[in-house]
Amino acid sequence: MDFETIICFEVHAELSTRTKLFCDCPIDYDAPPNHQICPVCTGQPGSLPVLNKRAIEYCIRAGLALNCSINSNARFARKNYFYPDLPKGYQISQYEEPLCENGYLVIQGDDGQPYPVGIKRIHLEEDAGKLVHASKTFESADYSFVDFNRSGIPLIEIVSDHTRNPVRSLQEARTYLEKMRQTLRYIGVSDCIMEKGQFRCDVNISLRPKGARDYGNRAEIKNMSSFKFVLDALEYETRRQAEILESGGKISQETRLFDEAKKATISMRGKEDAPDYRYFPEPDLVELDTDSAFIEAIKREMPELPDQRVERFISAYGITQNEAFVLTKDRQTAEYFENCVPHCKSCRKLSTWIAKDLFRLLNENSLSIEQCNIPPIHFGRLMDLVEEGEITDAIARVVLEEMFKTGKSPEAIINEKDLKPVQEQGIIESLVDQIMEDNPGTVAKIREGNPEPLNFLIGQVMRKTKGRADPKKVREILEQKLPITAT
Amino acid sequence: MELCERSAYELSRLLRKKEISAREITESVLSRIEEKEPLIHAYITVTGDLALEQADRADQLIAQGGNIPPLTGIPIAIKDLLCTRGIKTTCASKILANYIPPYNATVVDRLLQQNAVFVGKTNMDEFAMGSSTENSAAGLTRNPVDPERVPGGSSGGSAAVVAAGEAIAAIGSDTGGSIRQPASFCGIVGMKPTYGRVSRYGLIAYASSLDQVGPLCRSVEDCALLLNAISGHDRRDSTSVDLNCPDFLQSLDQDLDGVRIGLPQEYFVEGMESAVRDKVMEAVSFLEQNGAEIREVSLPHTPYAVGTYYLIATAEASSNLARYDAVKYGIRPRDDFEDIIAMYQQARSEGFGREVQRRIMLGTYVLSAGYYDAYYVKAQKARTLIRDDFRKAFEQVDCLVTPVSPCLPFKLGEKVAEPLQMYLVDIYTVSANLAGVPAMSINCGTVENLPVGLQVIGKPFDEEMLLRVAHGYQRLSGGQR
Repeated sequence: MDFETIICFEVHAELSTRTKLFCDCPIDYDAPPNHQICPVCTGQPGSLPVLNKRAIEYCIRAGLALNCSINSNARFARKNYFYPDLPKGYQISQYEEPLCENGYLVIQGDDGQPYPVGIKRIHLEEDAGKLVHASKTFESADYSFVDFNRSGIPLIEIVSDHTRNPVRSLQEARTYLEKMRQTLRYIGVSDCIMEKGQFRCDVNISLRPKGARDYGNRAEIKNMSSFKFVLDALEYETRRQAEILESGGKISQETRLFDEAKKATISMRGKEDAPDYRYFPEPDLVELDTDSAFIEAIKREMPELPDQRVERFISAYGITQNEAFVLTKDRQTAEYFENCVPHCKSCRKLSTWIAKDLFRLLNENSLSIEQCNIPPIHFGRLMDLVEEGEITDAIARVVLEEMFKTGKSPEAIINEKDLKPVQEQGIIESLVDQIMEDNPGTVAKIREGNPEPLNFLIGQVMRKTKGRADPKKVREILEQKLPITAT
Repeated sequence: MELCERSAYELSRLLRKKEISAREITESVLSRIEEKEPLIHAYITVTGDLALEQADRADQLIAQGGNIPPLTGIPIAIKDLLCTRGIKTTCASKILANYIPPYNATVVDRLLQQNAVFVGKTNMDEFAMGSSTENSAAGLTRNPVDPERVPGGSSGGSAAVVAAGEAIAAIGSDTGGSIRQPASFCGIVGMKPTYGRVSRYGLIAYASSLDQVGPLCRSVEDCALLLNAISGHDRRDSTSVDLNCPDFLQSLDQDLDGVRIGLPQEYFVEGMESAVRDKVMEAVSFLEQNGAEIREVSLPHTPYAVGTYYLIATAEASSNLARYDAVKYGIRPRDDFEDIIAMYQQARSEGFGREVQRRIMLGTYVLSAGYYDAYYVKAQKARTLIRDDFRKAFEQVDCLVTPVSPCLPFKLGEKVAEPLQMYLVDIYTVSANLAGVPAMSINCGTVENLPVGLQVIGKPFDEEMLLRVAHGYQRLSGGQR
């Protein structure tokens, strides 16, 4: 039996505001436990929340980037539940009037066409603290520690809509998550570093036999700490549900946990055990004042989105769509590219060199583009030297590597390392003569009418010059000296 | 009259004239505490050493001269639900018996800015839930007027210390009458300001949308003095309103001529003790004779007030009190609990008193899936109607006058077994909290030596009208207490 799948996401992204959502505590992921806390974020009796306006701005910015309508009478609600990492016994979240509703995120569908995945809502809420267990799980631990540094960090929850263009496959799931993360990073609202817990997600998945009208019950999967685990979980869950449906069974609506070691999902609780969060409007905060002027101001300051940048790169710099995709993958790369543009003549050359050679160096050294040592002006100059034939690609690669290490200008490196191109006819000719003398056998073969070893001789000359000669010129001279006689 | 029995206003004047010292006042108060506490038991914590230290500092400041804030050197008691840095703050609950706040409530800071002297933390109904100060893990407080009777609640300790001379004035909190009713029962003055007038930061919450901090004191002048000190916008409380505060003492000078006073007809129906009714009507006539214009008005949704109040207050309380889960606050039970749920259950069953547990359960029910619309949402609608009642009434009158309590101070233990009877004691006070309007209680005489309170209710942020009417009454009637 063939099945169709729908997948919905609840993405949680921690906002990169300077301070927490309801207090002045700074956000610092490297601080020692319980060093970024105050009466408010530890829920001291009598303390009250005061809303961080920047967090509202960021949430609205995300809403606008994801084509949502912005609610002018949004408000906060308390979500009540007991857990040791939740100092007030409730989380300040949003329920009935979230800040953003009814948007979409365009991804590339499996058919290669743009596919606008529906976004149901985006709401703003506070993060909980973090439990550190004395052994692997809460249940088996003799004791656990609570770290409240994370308590009160602003979080947006982005819920995709199962009724409007839901994600239909694992590939689309990956594309959706990547595009979501890229977008949030682009607009500067979240760093989305999964290892730091800044980007987390729960997924809902349900299946139906191809052609059937209704989907089966959905299962919600929690507890996945990386993209890979999300995909592993989805793969497992698709298979599990398909097997049940094929054998005539029914899927029970439940919440399941992903077990990273077993790469399997395990039932956590059924529908009937779903907690009643007893939401009600948060009486300690007043209604949000998000008037149109406020929203317009956020719109005006909205950074360029990934798709817009791709379009602009293609039209402004004459690069291919593929190159544009690669360069805009993250904002920092795109910015680096654009910083180099004024310093060089060929954007196409620049784009290739960044996408291939610079990326290779970054990868080899496990560095990000922000850590790249090369001033854009030097990178641009290097491109011009290549473009104008001043140096060969091979030399340019050597120079680039040195620039990467030292940040020096290409000219300085060329001088220091004696990489100046060998251009004088006389010098090249004498080198060619020497190589011919050193390789009489090869020369003889060529003279006999076999042109193949010519490349070998060119290589020898290039090696002698440490790549500084123009290989075309070397070939020219060699061909003059060794005219190939047709046999 | 001993120093500890005088008003803050008068003592402040004497201090400035250097006729007395803050140390003398404080010593007078402390020796009164020593004398009365064994019987009255109005304090949970007495901070005698701190008080003397603060008094000496106040004396130094006065000696130095310059601009001395009016509460400098005045001994004030604070209800044990306002956070005081380094001083135990228990909410009269076992679950917070060992809680020492790391910060001061804004109100506490503002009193400190005025160089007030802190005598101690007063007893109350646990988490401010109650009307008699009998629901206290620290034991009950007796009414100084008649020790066989309750002082009212929940700010019963604050009212009792003022009435007994165990402090010059006190700070309390009022969620459904918790300042006004004990003020009435102890024959003193108490005010619940407009919601948003005084910061709630550091006030341990019972019902966030109803709670308001206010003064309990000997005279209307003192009430104005304290209000001046504690009112005003606070960045740390989003519900505090950014409005300029007048000098409340100024409103005391105006007479009653032409003040339009409304009598809500729904407040003068069955359920009220007739002696209370007679005293209140006497006061009304007195006001009329002295220039006020009396009009009958209607607050048609009054019958729904108590029900609405108990739905909203308990719903909010069930959430506000969730943090006492033995993880950070409250007493961690024995180590052998089976799982985390058992830990919560044990800690909360042992740590909360019966009335608090009752209200948490009620509130949890009110917010539950399937009941939320029928109870919580409906109560919010009723609250809007009640608020509208007041808005309409205030189109015709400047303030309302009503009884504070339908009954005289009752005997200890009399209503303990009857929670519903106890809830009905709040019948005339809860509406002001639901509507967010200011209301105060002043004494209007006694029945068989038991004080009767008169309630004056005003427009939002018009505490001045309340002070004007209350002070006019007190001055002209010669302070009938």
